[in-house]
Amino acid sequence: MSNTNTTDISRRKFLGSAAAATGLTIIPGVMLYEVAQAKPDDMAVTSEVRWGMLIDTRKCSEGCDDCVTACNTENGLTGHDRPETDVQWIRKLKLTDKQTGHVTSLPLMCQHCENPPCVDVCPTGASMKREDGIVLVDRHICIGCRYCMMACPYKARSFAHEVVTDQKVHAPRGKGTVESCTMCVHRVDRDGIPACVEACTKEDHNAMLFGDLNDSNSEISKRLAEFGGKQIRADLGLNTGVRYQGI
Amino acid sequence: MKKATFMEIEGRSAGYLALLGFLGIFILAALGATYYMEHNGHYVTGMSNQIVWGMPHVFAVFLIVAASGALNIASISSVFHKTAYKPLAPLSGLLALALLIGGLMILVLDLGRPDRLIVAMTQYNFKSIFAWNMILYNGFFVIVGIYIWTMMQRSMNQYSKYAGFAAFIWRLALTTGTGSIFGFLVARQAYDAAIMAPMFVVMSFAFGMAFFILVLLASYNWTERPLGDAIFNRLKNLLGIFVAGTLYFVIAYHLTNLYAAEHAGVESFILMDGGIYTQMFWIGQILIGSLIPLALVFHPGWSKSRSLVGLASAMVIIGGLATMYVVIIGGQAYPLVMFPGQEVSSSFFDGVVNSYTPSLPEVVLGLGGLATALIVVALAIKILHFLPVSLADEVVDPHANAK
Amino acid sequence: MSVIEQIQKLKLLLAGLLITLPLSLQAGDVNLPQVPKAKANATEEHGCVTSVKDMRKNHMEYLLHQRDDTIRRGVRTKQYSLAECVECHVTEDTSGEVANFGEDKHFCSSCHNYVAVSIDCFQCHNDKPQGDGTMSSRDMPASHHNMAFNKHSETGATLDNQNSESGK
Repeated sequence: MSNTNTTDISRRKFLGSAAAATGLTIIPGVMLYEVAQAKPDDMAVTSEVRWGMLIDTRKCSEGCDDCVTACNTENGLTGHDRPETDVQWIRKLKLTDKQTGHVTSLPLMCQHCENPPCVDVCPTGASMKREDGIVLVDRHICIGCRYCMMACPYKARSFAHEVVTDQKVHAPRGKGTVESCTMCVHRVDRDGIPACVEACTKEDHNAMLFGDLNDSNSEISKRLAEFGGKQIRADLGLNTGVRYQGI
Repeated sequence: MKKATFMEIEGRSAGYLALLGFLGIFILAALGATYYMEHNGHYVTGMSNQIVWGMPHVFAVFLIVAASGALNIASISSVFHKTAYKPLAPLSGLLALALLIGGLMILVLDLGRPDRLIVAMTQYNFKSIFAWNMILYNGFFVIVGIYIWTMMQRSMNQYSKYAGFAAFIWRLALTTGTGSIFGFLVARQAYDAAIMAPMFVVMSFAFGMAFFILVLLASYNWTERPLGDAIFNRLKNLLGIFVAGTLYFVIAYHLTNLYAAEHAGVESFILMDGGIYTQMFWIGQILIGSLIPLALVFHPGWSKSRSLVGLASAMVIIGGLATMYVVIIGGQAYPLVMFPGQEVSSSFFDGVVNSYTPSLPEVVLGLGGLATALIVVALAIKILHFLPVSLADEVVDPHANAK
Repeated sequence: MSVIEQIQKLKLLLAGLLITLPLSLQAGDVNLPQVPKAKANATEEHGCVTSVKDMRKNHMEYLLHQRDDTIRRGVRTKQYSLAECVECHVTEDTSGEVANFGEDKHFCSSCHNYVAVSIDCFQCHNDKPQGDGTMSSRDMPASHHNMAFNKHSETGATLDNQNSESGK
């Protein structure tokens, strides 16, 4: 137990300094990526952190799918030209207000809920939430029942309908199991940012921001505190990790 | 009341062997279909990322629901002390187990990773109603198995009412669990309703009774054993009551949904402009599954015909499959409502009614599950003494002659 | 996780027994596995991540433990990482071809085929070294890599000394 405590303290110290670093930069995500080696590889993630995203739909343009392309490239998601069964971890949505005709464009992916319905319904515990709030499928014990896909209010999950070959080393995936956005956990664990956010920032769209919702000094928390951010289907009380502005 | 005598069926006739062969072909075809689906992946089926549960689930959920209902006859005799049903109790327990085997077989063979069944049996997430169901299904086998044992071994008879009571409670829990698989889904407009659980319980009464009547008619006609009106009329009346009860729950469910503006979309989809789902609902579920069977079993003239009552039972089963199609596929076909008041479009079929065309392997797998259930019954009544030699009126009802 | 470990063992054992049954009848015809040599300098006594003897006996335990640690707790040490095994052990043959999992020339298959123990790792994981993955050493300070490497290695002292400066 004492061991865990020391870990937590050092972790907190790091987070303080990292947050200080981010506070000073203009493009926080990129900066955070460059803060070198903060979480030692042998340290488990803790609930001190809760990773989240803030998406400013006013900066998200309708024809742009840079985030989607980046995700597909990063995670090796290749389709078979079968749109009904091909996997999509992130997709672009176009909303048209029925009353006013106002058009909104936004990316939608796993919302990394605090109370994820997919985790509740999974019979084996394959669907799970890490301490830092990232919701994942442990495909080692996923039996492919697809109940999580029935339960997800965001249609965020896909079933691998076909044999997968030549996977990315950091994104193993295979036929017969369910998969979804991992918030690029392999990058986050090494203090990187998700590929979609990186792509959006790199192209200077700046519609996506990644950060620690638990840290009041993080850029994402500050922006949320100042401008607010909505959850999709807030009525379900899931407390999503992905928030939207302009919807 | 005379003590009912039980005996195995002879099971050597050409008809019996033909039946086994016929069912066996379906089972082999189902295994072939499974291999095809699992080898290629589920893209060869009609199921997709939109309609994630398809025809196999329609059959599986239907059979599982019917399984718990098939136990009703036994419950009526053991729990509610209606002695007239006592000779039928072992068959009732057998049919319940057989239907559950058939249903679970489909469910397991449709998994993305059926080879990991062992994981499903050893790793439980106790917050999942699905995990609870696995415990309920496994427990059902054990409890009903013991129940059948207490009924069939004379020295154990004294315990049969306790076992029967346990089985009765368990089967209610089981169907509540099955209904809750849908009732607990907060995400989707068609589900997320507490009434799902009791509605499934009443449906199970009707579907199980329909199966029971058909199996009883077939086995007594084909073995030329006497089946009296006294017991048969009770069964047919029960079927009518259960079908009416189901109809009541269906009406209550839709009325409640119609009242809430939030659910207006999904209701008009199912009831009015859902195409195949609307037809399945009105023609399959309501007309074939409820109204015509009700007329057949309660009409003073028609209800005297065994064939028509048999037809009514078959219609309840067809209507039951239609019901599951509307609930399971229709519920998924209607798009998720994430942004009320907005028209949604994307490359991932957001905001549109999802299409689904059942594929042959899926249907074959479903029918294979049904065939498995029936072959289990056919084999068991040949091996063990499940069937009373006679269900003539004087055997069943001691007062039949006195009247 | 001990339950699943036990089950896994049982499964492997059963599968092994069942599948090897027909093989054992003609065991004389089967050649001993030709295990490909690893890229890095693993020696017979200190092995790679632990001794060869230990790895032969317990590699599945290490992998299973690592798998849960990584996906559930975000622990990303490399010592028992499957990707690292593949990176170093799955090698090109003389004609420059890298064997697929399932072929006798693939490091894992060479033994697994011989003992007829089926594994499903490579239904999801890549069976070939990528070299460019995020697991490669450029993303990793050398210190972590080698600390992990040396934890169980008897001849690790030199490596540790070499890199102890670059770590801090």
